Amino acid sequence: MSLSLSAFTQHGDYLWELPAGTRPDQRVAVRFVASRPMLQAALADLAVEQALNAAALPGLAGPVMIMPDVHQGYGFPIGGVAAMRYPEGLISPGAIGYDINCGVRLLASSVNLAAAEPVLGKLAAALDNACPSGVGVKGGRRLTEAELAAVCRQGAAWAVKQGLGSSADLRRAEDGGTLEGADPTQLSERARERGREQLGTVGSGNHFVEVGVVTEILDEGAARVLGLFPDCLTLMIHCGSRGLGHQVCTDFVHDFQSAAGRGGYLPRDRELVSARLDSAAGQAYLGAMRAAANFAYCNRQILAQQARQAFEQILAGRVRHVELQPVYDVTHNMGKIETHFIADEKVRVCVHRKGATRAFGPGAPDLPEDYRQLGQPVLVPGSMGTESWVLVGQAESMALTYGSCCHGAGRVMSRSEAKRSVNGARLQQELAGRGIQLRAGSLSGLAEEAPAAYKDVGQVVETVIGAGLARPVARLRPVAVIKG
Amino acid sequence: MHQTEAGYQEIAHTADWALQVWAPDLAGLLVQSARGMIDLLDVQLAASPRLEQLLHLEAPDRESLLVAFLTEILYFNEHDRMSFDAFQVSLDGLQLEARLWGAPILAQRKEIKAVTYHQLHIQESDSALETTLVFDV
Repeated sequence: MSLSLSAFTQHGDYLWELPAGTRPDQRVAVRFVASRPMLQAALADLAVEQALNAAALPGLAGPVMIMPDVHQGYGFPIGGVAAMRYPEGLISPGAIGYDINCGVRLLASSVNLAAAEPVLGKLAAALDNACPSGVGVKGGRRLTEAELAAVCRQGAAWAVKQGLGSSADLRRAEDGGTLEGADPTQLSERARERGREQLGTVGSGNHFVEVGVVTEILDEGAARVLGLFPDCLTLMIHCGSRGLGHQVCTDFVHDFQSAAGRGGYLPRDRELVSARLDSAAGQAYLGAMRAAANFAYCNRQILAQQARQAFEQILAGRVRHVELQPVYDVTHNMGKIETHFIADEKVRVCVHRKGATRAFGPGAPDLPEDYRQLGQPVLVPGSMGTESWVLVGQAESMALTYGSCCHGAGRVMSRSEAKRSVNGARLQQELAGRGIQLRAGSLSGLAEEAPAAYKDVGQVVETVIGAGLARPVARLRPVAVIKG
Repeated sequence: MHQTEAGYQEIAHTADWALQVWAPDLAGLLVQSARGMIDLLDVQLAASPRLEQLLHLEAPDRESLLVAFLTEILYFNEHDRMSFDAFQVSLDGLQLEARLWGAPILAQRKEIKAVTYHQLHIQESDSALETTLVFDV
């Protein structure tokens, strides 16, 4: 179905709607948080069609919401948020994604860039060594069956119990780093086997470890609470549940197909195959998904600790305080049971976020006590050559997007086109010339992830601020990047 | 019209990888899909030892069989660090028996997280089967 801007109803500068009925099978509206040019650009790929496919699913409690970093994915578009009634609505593994709880953790230091600059190359090498990335990498431990089950139940808390981090790390993470209700007995043997040796690894694709520097503070009070100070180094980790999570989604998308074929609901796009949340199949997936989410929380916790050791190794003796303090840990690909006011009704829903960040506004009880008046930190990485942002969620996100916001810049160029138009070696040189130390698994992979393949993160951030979903706290510039 | 009887080509996808695959029959489509996926992974195989893997799969429909077949190959790729360059696939309805020949992986540049069902529909014309595959990367 080909659409033009004229099919959309505009509500203010940053909200556009495709009303229910735009396509005959559509059950709810689709609303895009976007500027006019961004929406126009979003019409170029299959993102809108994918959003309409999601809006045709039964059990939705309100409109499907699309964030400004939207682009075509599989099943549900990246940047998609859907609220399914709980417990009678559906849960769709493909609408959550294969990399369950792919997310971002940000740590902040009081290390001044000027003090670290002479050893940034060494720091990048040490981080590359400490945080294994790339294809087929394994972590430093092979978990026993009991350890793996404990990781999947306890999440980041498991790592902290092993001495890999502190209780502050848990306080400053979504869900406290542990998602309740995980059921590791729902993991297939293959999922467990894939996870056993991958804890403490970054993976490949768009995953990364990045050292940044705070270049601008836009809200001094909030930045102080978050621990962000001008000219100081930060560390950002982007990764997820590795092969364990990929296998969970693969297993359940496959199993749900069989059930759909036996008379269940078969969506227009089979990737959106679903089960009722209150069915045995739905509960099994929910338990397995939460187990994978905890694996991801634990993975980022261990990576953060490994990164701390690299900072210590290179910077101890050069600066007085090397510590990396947690700012926050956010998830991108998740299904979460939450309560929202939808059309003036208090509704329990399973919010599917795919390539979208939770962004609860001030006062949300789930937030750490010291963040409660601010709103949830929203971490928006740019690309390896561009700025990243730290925002905090605002009340409007609760009213408009089920407490959600963008998760990054969002791709704008296909991987095949990026490979054709970007030379990886030249890009590496160009970034080096701009003071960015880069370690990459492969030059062709680097080309696929080039800054030119992404939208302007500044425009994405301007949009979510304009829409009232979040307000800006700080801007970061990359100085060292480790890509898988 | 394709210039070859069976084959694959990468097609544009904003975030992930997509392949268009065609072949005269389902067995051929499975083999071409496997070749295309392994091509995307950019693997370099060791000269020796040569390895052989047997597969027995069953699925409720052709698309599910294709996803299951490729997913098995991805598992060997990640878990056993082996990949394949020769395939023999025989089908009895939706029951598959396959022999895959390959070797340990010397080097691999790319990773695929999963084979998706997105837009997956095997279409038939008079002389060929054709489909689009989207891989999460």
